[in-house]
Amino acid sequence: MSAITLELGADGIAVATMDLAGRPMNVVNDELMGPLAEIVERLATDEAIKGLVLASGKADFCAGGDLDRISRLPDAQAAFDATMAMKAVLRRMETCGKPVVAAINGHALGGGLEIALACHARIALDDPKIKLGTPEVKLGLLPGGGGTVRISRLAGIQAALQICGEGGDLAPAQAQGMGLVTELAANRDELLAKARAWALANPKAKQPWDAPKFRFPGGDSRSPAVAQVLAIAPAIANGKTWGNYPAIGHIMSAIFEGGLLDFEAACVVESRWFAACATSQVAKNIITSMWYQLNALKKGASRPHGLPRSKVGRLGILGAGMMGAGIAYVSAKVGIDVVLLDTTQEAAERGKAYSQGLLDKAVKKGRSTAEKRDALLSRITPTTSYEALAGCDLVIEAVFEDRAVKADVTKKAEAAIGAGAVFASNTSTLPITGLAQASVRPAQFIGLHFFSPVDKMPLVEIIVGKETSPETLSKGFDYVMQIGKTPIVVNDSRGFYTSRVFGTYVMEGIAMLAEGVHPRSIEVAGLQAGMPMPPLALQDEVSLSLGLHVADQTRKDLAAEGKPYAEHPGMAVVRHLCELGRVGKKVGKGFYDWPEAGSAGDKSLWPELPRLYPVAAAQPAQQELIDRLMFAQANETARCMQEGVLRSVGDANIGSIMGWGFAPFQGGTIQFINALGTRRFVERSRELAQRYGARFEPAAMLVALAETNAPVS
Amino acid sequence: MTDAYIYDHLRTPRGKGKKDGSLHQATPVWLLRTLLQAMQQRNALDTALVDDVVLGCVTPVGEQGADIARTAVLDAGWSQTTAGVTLSRFCASGLEAVNLAAAKVMSGMEDMVVAGGVESMSRWPMGSDGGAWAMDPRVNQALGFAPQGIGADLIATLEGWGRADVDAFAARSHQRAAQARAEGRFKRAVVPVTDIAGLPMLAEDETIRPTTTAEGLAKLEPSFAMIGKMGFDGTALRKYTTVERINHVHHAGNSSGIVDGAALMLLGSKAAGAKAGLKPRARVRAMAVIGSEPTIMLTGPAPSCEKALRKAGMAARDVDLWEINEAFAVVPMKCARALDIDMDRINVNGGAIAMGHPLGATGCIILGTLLDELERRDLATGAATLCVGGGMGIATIIERV
Repeated sequence: MSAITLELGADGIAVATMDLAGRPMNVVNDELMGPLAEIVERLATDEAIKGLVLASGKADFCAGGDLDRISRLPDAQAAFDATMAMKAVLRRMETCGKPVVAAINGHALGGGLEIALACHARIALDDPKIKLGTPEVKLGLLPGGGGTVRISRLAGIQAALQICGEGGDLAPAQAQGMGLVTELAANRDELLAKARAWALANPKAKQPWDAPKFRFPGGDSRSPAVAQVLAIAPAIANGKTWGNYPAIGHIMSAIFEGGLLDFEAACVVESRWFAACATSQVAKNIITSMWYQLNALKKGASRPHGLPRSKVGRLGILGAGMMGAGIAYVSAKVGIDVVLLDTTQEAAERGKAYSQGLLDKAVKKGRSTAEKRDALLSRITPTTSYEALAGCDLVIEAVFEDRAVKADVTKKAEAAIGAGAVFASNTSTLPITGLAQASVRPAQFIGLHFFSPVDKMPLVEIIVGKETSPETLSKGFDYVMQIGKTPIVVNDSRGFYTSRVFGTYVMEGIAMLAEGVHPRSIEVAGLQAGMPMPPLALQDEVSLSLGLHVADQTRKDLAAEGKPYAEHPGMAVVRHLCELGRVGKKVGKGFYDWPEAGSAGDKSLWPELPRLYPVAAAQPAQQELIDRLMFAQANETARCMQEGVLRSVGDANIGSIMGWGFAPFQGGTIQFINALGTRRFVERSRELAQRYGARFEPAAMLVALAETNAPVS
Repeated sequence: MTDAYIYDHLRTPRGKGKKDGSLHQATPVWLLRTLLQAMQQRNALDTALVDDVVLGCVTPVGEQGADIARTAVLDAGWSQTTAGVTLSRFCASGLEAVNLAAAKVMSGMEDMVVAGGVESMSRWPMGSDGGAWAMDPRVNQALGFAPQGIGADLIATLEGWGRADVDAFAARSHQRAAQARAEGRFKRAVVPVTDIAGLPMLAEDETIRPTTTAEGLAKLEPSFAMIGKMGFDGTALRKYTTVERINHVHHAGNSSGIVDGAALMLLGSKAAGAKAGLKPRARVRAMAVIGSEPTIMLTGPAPSCEKALRKAGMAARDVDLWEINEAFAVVPMKCARALDIDMDRINVNGGAIAMGHPLGATGCIILGTLLDELERRDLATGAATLCVGGGMGIATIIERV
């Protein structure tokens, strides 16, 4: 069956309804574009048809390009040809001499919006939830179906730079204000009626850019005002992205160059830039991890197969501090009844007040209602009584990181909960298998490592202890999905995966300081590498004393196990600053002098740092610093794979990006290695090991793969 | 190789480069016509002896475009056998024109050449000609484009100069320029501009403020803090990774003024001068141009001077007087520090902070001012240098004969 059905009305207006079989949404692919091309041809040649309304049979208009298809494009020529073919259909549509009107009933994104833009008018449902936009940039791509060309001609070059360059969404009313939507409709009947009426009223519709006296709104790329915008646009973009996302620059170029050319030439130039994006390593990295691997994880790639889906109805949380309060909020939000337990009623109430605070803010900003807030709050029961845990499907402890305390609450909780309930620890460092020793049913004991702040961070690291059963894992997995977060699954180890690898980033930066690298250059290297925060500032945020505490604990534990402990060279710096009382942001001083809370000033690097760690006369190139920061993380990740801590490449990549913000354009820690090639990675690691220490010696599994330059898989 | 000599130089006064400036209503070709005619008259010059007119113009668009040098030659009634060429080396265009003219003479290609430049900044504002450097996002990003003021403020930050330092320098520029004007030191060079009916338009430099003090300047808001915050500081600091933040110290009062103006200089071989009955005033001893880091952009003068000094077999201390273009206060300050030159030998009659910087002409103007002052003080050698857009530097060393 064709993806588009055509219905000709008595008034001569045909309604073409897009409804791609076997998919929840319409996407731009051959199954859609083929029939569209046929309909356009019929419109152009069939005298009985006076005009066309393009509508959707699904909840949304059209959600964009088919990424599977785009990622299969073999080379630049294929990418160029694919976009030119789509544009040929759209160009034929807008120049056929008869009116075409888009009836936008839901989201019109990417290629979907581009189809609508090639219509002579766009009537959209006036619903603020409807998203119009070109999100291609977020995947390292650009709107190659005429998006940059038509948006800059409808809304102006400055608006096009923003819409295409940032990839944000516009509501229909907003889009109308920018000239992208012709009229708004209150409901679906009005939508079709208005679209029909527009077609009847404009029998010889033409696009504005096909009129001889067409002018860009706000001027073309020659206009001084536009030139001024173009001069600062790269600086603004780089302020956020440090030049790591070539698609942003490519979009600017397509718009700038297109703004000097006629419509046809601008379309071709856009395809050239599209081809450059589609074949870029960055697009490959992002699509590999943030599309394929993320989708696979969400579909349960790391979940034990064949076990029934479970749902948590009642959740117990032990400890109502920052983490416990956050877990309570995200759980109650999806309708779970939460028992929030602490040692005093006041502490438990304070934990619930955290949700109240978040919700009050949301209500004030119009993002929620008082009813929703009250309903959510009524699901959280603060208590001091372990008996209240009866009936919980899952209990998560989020108490102080101390084995004795954790063992105590585990015993008390297990005494109160049913035999089938799962007990989870939200520890970020202590091995789960050890904690499970306090449990009478270690098979039902698991780690659920949340990130702070819980309501914002999208990831949960699920830790499987030695005795954790597949049933327990699947229940933990289902809970994480239930609260709308992304689960990665790892095996037990000190620091698991995320804390362990994240630590190498910070410590590598700190080690550089001791070597005489200028502190600001270290920070810039972190940002240039694409990390969300530079290493020294980050250590100040998490506090130096905490870092020292964890290191000392690790050393004690290893000594008890009779294992050797090699201290990272950065740890001596942390210890030294702690001795000087500079333990981090919480006391207003660490590597930085921090302004008092609430004051307007910026933090500044402590001026005495260069006296403590004299800046060497010869400074390394920034790329050397960047490599150290990235190789340290990637290599530690490979060690985690080798030790069996990590179970899959997808878990590694998604965990790194969503857990601690590892440079998304690199596609994650393992994709970083694969993009470079294991051979080159091993060579460079050895260079770094020679210069900076054995910690850079490549993981054995990489050395083996490097023989054939095979990727980590 | 033939020596190139300077025979004469002249300039218009510099008028405020805004709608209420006194030269705003004079077309740029009118300014050149005025100077070409004055040059011919005061030297009783047979213009057929002049092979070429080489003019700097940074914004060659509108009535300033289409090779204004050739247009002006013909409009001024010079011999049609005199050619004309327009060039741009951004802010150094006027001195580049002199150097190119000298090189033409030295190579034997030409015997007598007029150099100079013009810029009517009130009529064709900076940037009117576009250019890939700033407006093409691909190039902009590759080159790390940031406006010059960001580079100037970055130099101040790197060198440890605060607001008081740059304001003191700026105040001195006005005081020196005011004294020089009052004593008539510019009289020989400046040709008053009159209109088509002979009515006076401007006779003296318009933007000198004798009452300027560092304390008064201290009240002005920094000009580049806002665009810096919008993103350009980041562009600079991505390259200068040891700087945590830029101290924005420059403003309209300690940066070069935007003005309208033109200048010309007559150069030729000894034989050509003799044929025209002219007496040489100075010899062009060495010239140099260099490229430097483009984002900070303004650090070119010192290395260009070092290159010219090397060519001349001289040291900085051998040069009696210096003209270092005051694009921003830090530019001459930085160059003087790098070459270890005493401030008493630099810009002794003020500079572009007081009198303005008509982009295409300034290089020719400061070399002429330098020559006049060498003669007034009866000194031998001088050097003129400018910082240049895109990260370049230019220098010319002359000696009296």
